[in-house]
Amino acid sequence: MKIDTFLIVFNTVKLLVVFLLMVQAVPILVWVERRGSAFIQNRFGPNRVGPLGLMQLLADAVKFLFKEEFAPKQGVAILYYAAPAFALVPAALAMGAIPLASPLDLTVGGTQYHLPMQTFEIGVGIVFVLGVSSLGTYSLLMAGFGSSNKYSLLGALRASAQMISYELALSLSLVSMLILYGSFNFAEIIAQQTGSMTFTWFGVEKSIWFLPNWGFFYNPLAMILFFAATFAESNRLPFDLPEAEGELVAGFHTEYGGFKMLMFYIGEYGHMMVSSLLLATFFFGGYQIPFISPAEVLAFFTAKVGEGNLPSILTALVHHVVLLVKMGIFLWIFVWVRWTLPRFRYDQLMDLGWKTMLPWALGTTVVSAIWIYLMHA
Amino acid sequence: MTSLLLVVSLALFVMAFGAVILFIASLLGPKKQPNPAKDMAYESGIPGQATRETKISVKFYLTAILFILFDIEIIFMYPWAITFSESIKEGYGLYMLGAMGVFVLLFVIGLFWEVKSKALEWE
Repeated sequence: MKIDTFLIVFNTVKLLVVFLLMVQAVPILVWVERRGSAFIQNRFGPNRVGPLGLMQLLADAVKFLFKEEFAPKQGVAILYYAAPAFALVPAALAMGAIPLASPLDLTVGGTQYHLPMQTFEIGVGIVFVLGVSSLGTYSLLMAGFGSSNKYSLLGALRASAQMISYELALSLSLVSMLILYGSFNFAEIIAQQTGSMTFTWFGVEKSIWFLPNWGFFYNPLAMILFFAATFAESNRLPFDLPEAEGELVAGFHTEYGGFKMLMFYIGEYGHMMVSSLLLATFFFGGYQIPFISPAEVLAFFTAKVGEGNLPSILTALVHHVVLLVKMGIFLWIFVWVRWTLPRFRYDQLMDLGWKTMLPWALGTTVVSAIWIYLMHA
Repeated sequence: MTSLLLVVSLALFVMAFGAVILFIASLLGPKKQPNPAKDMAYESGIPGQATRETKISVKFYLTAILFILFDIEIIFMYPWAITFSESIKEGYGLYMLGAMGVFVLLFVIGLFWEVKSKALEWE
């Protein structure tokens, strides 16, 4: 293998930028969450530090850094400290596998490069993301066992039981979409959602001009099931039983404080971002502008600024912004739901996962398989 | 190969990032001032027992075992799902549909038996 300095530098930069993107988005998200909750509850929320209170979380992070170091005496120190550090890994890895913009076509030093805008291009994209994001259970269990606290242990067990239960509905709801796309690769999945909705009706090509060719319009039920399951996966209300404060104080992070607790938050918000990106990729056309294909955007910029590297970079930038907007909409729904719905009871939660969502996910898979067979055979 | 290298390096980098931040926080914070009450596990104010040997419901084990069974069944559907459209074009779509039908039937029987035997009831 030839060693290519440009590729090495580019990959390293991508690796760092995507991770830092995740970490720096967390303060903004926490701000949105706190301001949003305040407006939903008719309060002001943080509005003193900086314009609109935007600097509040920066001040909080600095405060967290200067907290006294504390570990419970009877805890298992290695598990106790490893848990927050490990909490960041699943979200960061999953985020790295999702394309964040259209691929760049650059010419650097006379060599042509086709650079996908994701940290690593993995052929089995979605399987990798599902596998990696369920590693999140380990960090919660480590926190629970490491703190030697009954509340932490119970919270960790609840969290892991709930995450694995909803993992089933989550992965099963994607099967019907995979039948449609016929690929695990994110780039191919996104490429199939270009233009307006086109489908085969008993062997005849039909088209609906006013709907984009998004997965959502083919199977809305799968999207709803997937979205509901991601709430349980990221331990958000209405499924935040692991940290139900009325029962378990703070669940698995009862014994954590300062920056260690903030790391769990980064992990949780990272999980939400990954879920929103997956939703956008699978059901809402990924980074594409509705009705306009990436090739058309590229042609537009080539006509405006001429040939070279610039049009490709501008195209990627526009697509990245579009993806961020889509992600932002879903993240806002996460916040909105949290401050609107009450919490479930634990048996209701498990019943919903196993007895309602799993059969519905199975049903939508079977129906779409038969439907696709009837339409194409 | 390149992607594997990137995955491993990202995982290591993130863990190192976390460890460094925690280390910096421990340097910057005030000196440790231990006292017996603070070192105790927080259990709502009563003297804590701080034990990992708390009895926990066997339901958690059962859920985990059932999860493994069903998750493997779902993962088997993944390769089937991405080859299904292709197989319709090549003319053996009905065979694929039938084969998966038998598999889904087993899945449904398993789920039904599980609900019936009250393996999923939480008190």
